[in-house]
Amino acid sequence: MRQGFRQSMAWLHTWSGLVVGWVLFAIFVTGTASYYRTEISRWMRPELTAATADPARSADMAAAYLKRQMPDAAGWYVELPRPETPLIEVHWWKSLEGPFHNALLDPATGAPSTARATKGGDFLYRFHFELGMPPTVGRWIVGLCALVLLVSLMSGIVTHRRIFADFFTFRRGARTTQRRWLDAHNVVGVLALPFHLMIVYTGLVTLAPMLMPWGLVAAYRAEAPRFYVEAGLMADMRAPAGRPGTLAPLGPMVAQAIARQGEAPEAFAVYNPGDAAATAVATFEEPHGLAHQHPQITFDGETGAILGTAGMAPTRAASTTSTVMVGIHEAHFAGSALRLLFVLCGVMGAATVGTGLVLWGVARAPKGAEPAGLGLRLVRILNLGTIAGLPLGIAAFFLANRLLPPDLPARADWEIRIFFGAWALAALAGALRPQDRAWREGLGLAALAYLAVPLVGLATVGRSPVPAFDIAMVAVALLFGCAAYKAGRSPLGARAARPAQDLSGEEALRA
Amino acid sequence: MGARQERWSGPAYRFGVAGRVVLASLGSYVVASLLTALLSLTLPLVRSEAVTAATLLSFLVITLLALYVFAARSLGRAALTLGLVGLALAAALWLAGGFSAPGPAA
Repeated sequence: MRQGFRQSMAWLHTWSGLVVGWVLFAIFVTGTASYYRTEISRWMRPELTAATADPARSADMAAAYLKRQMPDAAGWYVELPRPETPLIEVHWWKSLEGPFHNALLDPATGAPSTARATKGGDFLYRFHFELGMPPTVGRWIVGLCALVLLVSLMSGIVTHRRIFADFFTFRRGARTTQRRWLDAHNVVGVLALPFHLMIVYTGLVTLAPMLMPWGLVAAYRAEAPRFYVEAGLMADMRAPAGRPGTLAPLGPMVAQAIARQGEAPEAFAVYNPGDAAATAVATFEEPHGLAHQHPQITFDGETGAILGTAGMAPTRAASTTSTVMVGIHEAHFAGSALRLLFVLCGVMGAATVGTGLVLWGVARAPKGAEPAGLGLRLVRILNLGTIAGLPLGIAAFFLANRLLPPDLPARADWEIRIFFGAWALAALAGALRPQDRAWREGLGLAALAYLAVPLVGLATVGRSPVPAFDIAMVAVALLFGCAAYKAGRSPLGARAARPAQDLSGEEALRA
Repeated sequence: MGARQERWSGPAYRFGVAGRVVLASLGSYVVASLLTALLSLTLPLVRSEAVTAATLLSFLVITLLALYVFAARSLGRAALTLGLVGLALAAALWLAGGFSAPGPAA
């Protein structure tokens, strides 16, 4: 907080960005990877062979399996096989509070899949908004960090006196280290600014029912599910009858859904499958367009007759706005070129956070031989531990997928333990090494780890199931290689190339 | 920096920063929640639309309030403004029936 509006906003930008920066970096990196969630999952299950499975038969197999697991469940959810994911994924739960169980079935046999156990891309996807914590805790932390990021973005924008001119300004030959980091921060921050604003606001909207439920509570009180029905997003559910019933075969219902909609549903859910008033819901992929809105057909679970539909008619303005916001966050509509653009913007988001964090340290680097204070040392350790450590953890996650024995008990958990373990080790090692060497070593190690991923894959399972994944790994390795080279040439922050006489931290932001 | 450093450190400054952080997070959230609840009940739209529109707007409201808390001349002034706005919204929400026992479904 300083005197004057722009100064207090610069102060707010600096400090709000710092306190959530490390979490935001992880959110940006894993979120960006999530755009290729399906491809990552496919790569991590090399045993699968592309096969077209019959959706109706798959649904029957899933029901047979689920009946054995939990006939009196509150719900079953079946993700039907798709060409890019030739698996039946089943989920079942006794209560909406959890626990939620899940399994992968082979669509050829209906038995649990023999592919190596892994969480695949879903781990990175869930980490993006749950940070590997219990869902509610993780989502609140991510939601709060997103709100702080929104505050930080807005205060960062008003800090610029001439935002339009600054948009096109890049001083290549900037004289001081700090000036160069500031320019880098501005370039990646401002170039992709529309994306940053979009992604944080739409991200908040995806968490809105949890973060801001008070409108819903005020208008609907105890009958919150009515909201989703009235908004046209969810089919009306029947309350359980309270007496046991016999669930009709799912296959004919899936066949009816296909006949009616002209395509196979992507998922099939059954609510209260053991009850006389069981309700089955076929959910279809989003139709062409931006909105994240799935057409649904509901069936009477006992007779297999169609009860109704939802998500088919155009929704009203506010609902459409909301579903479009979620849609553009997830970018399911995007083709491969547009998805690559989203990924590049996501990388720039991570780079904005990363350069901002480094800039904080560079701007406060002690002049001459003064030792760095405790706060600065802590920030440097966290910076290195996050910016080099997290990517290293992800590379270790991929390597573990190829190197752990396929039949290891709790194999999927071991992959995740290795992810966190490698991250923690990299952060610890970085904390113990001298600052300028630590950056070069950390980034260089990350480059080598990413380069090793396709090679280890080739050595262990042979031909890659997703060649584009291997190309991406090499590209990421090159990126870290360049960063390591740069860090080796101009040590970060440890000693600014020349003392920044022309500007101090806040002045830099004010400029 | 020297003399200027004085004003930017010390217990009073620290208390001011801590106060603004608390006010910007909790105060902004409470005021935005009250506004969201009020708009959900009073916007001249279908019930589900009013809720959605108000909720979509709420994050912008929180952000602007948080920015105001840090831009305000003093912590007391920011607290007073947010308090008065919050009270006015709470009164309006009470008038709109937001605090009454749930009646029969509309």
